[in-house]
Amino acid sequence: MKITYNREACQGHNRCYMLAPELFDVDDEGYAILRIDGEIPAELEEKAQLAADNCPEYAIELVTE
Amino acid sequence: MSNTERPPVVDWATDFDHTHPDYGQNAPEIWDELRATCPVAHTERFGGTWLPVTHEAVSAIAHDTENYTSMGVVVSENKPEIPAPMGFAPPITSDPPFHAIARRLLLEPFAPKPVKALEQYTRDCCNGLIDDILASGSDLTDAATEYAQHIPVRIIAKMLGVPETDGDKFRRFIHQIIETPGADTVDEDGGGSFDEYLDAAIAEHRANPKPPGEGDLIDHLTQADIEGTPLLDEHVRGTIALLLIAGIDTTWSSIGAALWHLASHPEDRARYTNEPEIRLFAIEEFLRFYAPVTMARIAVTDHELGGCPVKAGDWLLLPFPAANRDPEAFDDADKFIIDRQQNRHGAFGLGIHRCLGSNLARMELAVAIDTWTERIPDFELSDPDAVRWSVGQIRGPRELPVRINLDTVNR
Repeated sequence: MKITYNREACQGHNRCYMLAPELFDVDDEGYAILRIDGEIPAELEEKAQLAADNCPEYAIELVTE
Repeated sequence: MSNTERPPVVDWATDFDHTHPDYGQNAPEIWDELRATCPVAHTERFGGTWLPVTHEAVSAIAHDTENYTSMGVVVSENKPEIPAPMGFAPPITSDPPFHAIARRLLLEPFAPKPVKALEQYTRDCCNGLIDDILASGSDLTDAATEYAQHIPVRIIAKMLGVPETDGDKFRRFIHQIIETPGADTVDEDGGGSFDEYLDAAIAEHRANPKPPGEGDLIDHLTQADIEGTPLLDEHVRGTIALLLIAGIDTTWSSIGAALWHLASHPEDRARYTNEPEIRLFAIEEFLRFYAPVTMARIAVTDHELGGCPVKAGDWLLLPFPAANRDPEAFDDADKFIIDRQQNRHGAFGLGIHRCLGSNLARMELAVAIDTWTERIPDFELSDPDAVRWSVGQIRGPRELPVRINLDTVNR
């Protein structure tokens, strides 16, 4: 499973950073930064799901290949 | 016009009035009924105003800066006279492209990491307020006026660098602004208006600039520039006014609403206290279910909204709390689920105007509820009929009498 983050859609709600800090950091202006590239480690899949499910701007998606 | 003078509402679909006391007491029921019968309600009041209540419509308007302007964000009888792009209180009243410039000036101090640094100060404030409540010896208090109300005022005063000696004066101004918005503020001790107070503070900050990184929020603004030009005094003053007006009433409302919920729902009260791992979710559910803020826009084009003919110049309300209870967008939307795992709520708005202070407000709410429940784990409404909810675009309990179980408090 992979995770995608759409910077254009992100408005800095910071829900992902609160729910999944292992996967998301924030920049100085409060916009999200995706911390991983490629496959989500199995132990973080639940947190990735939470980040996607709670983004008010639908900026995060999980992709299963 | 005071609320008691509002003409009675004949029909909420065609004659709604969000400033009527019935709306304050029954807003969720009114939204549910409208969603089922007339999802874009209208009123001739305030010169013509629309009230969409679905998540889809509210989200679409919030994301559409072509058909709507933010020049007016509070519905009133008169349209604002200061035009976009800046508006009265940038960036909330600003439109693109100026909006992004004005907003960017403020993003850093309100980003999660600087806000985190205020957490301990906030906790100390909350504990101080609870010390005072418990010191009275009574088991009765008002959680809105003795607790929730004071927290955001103290934090914003700290951020603005208001001297401790001006604390009382500052709080009097804030209460005047909140109680009679739009009216001129006069200091009871004869010290001039709030605008004069702010102008003096701005001049003082300009005359004695602090080194970068050491200043307060007023330093941040007076030292900021737009393409090399310092901000105009009215920009700085408007932004400070925005931080006060937008940051205090709203946060007070959400803290009060969360305490109202816990006071009246013993099971959730016990879970919040005993299961710290659900608090992250509980705070968001408080925000979804009791979202305090309804924003507004003014239409700039003639267009259709949900089959309704919107005309340029019409007001539109954006009831985020109604969107948050739309069953099309949330499972069991009408149920408060304290550990809800899927919660894309729009309590802080959606789109480019996402509440600039959302990280601060969320931190204050979480610290306020954590501190209260740690010190006062058992409490209930002492007089449910005496709870009074505010009317208008900010909804929260203004009077919240509670009875504390003194046997369980942590002094």
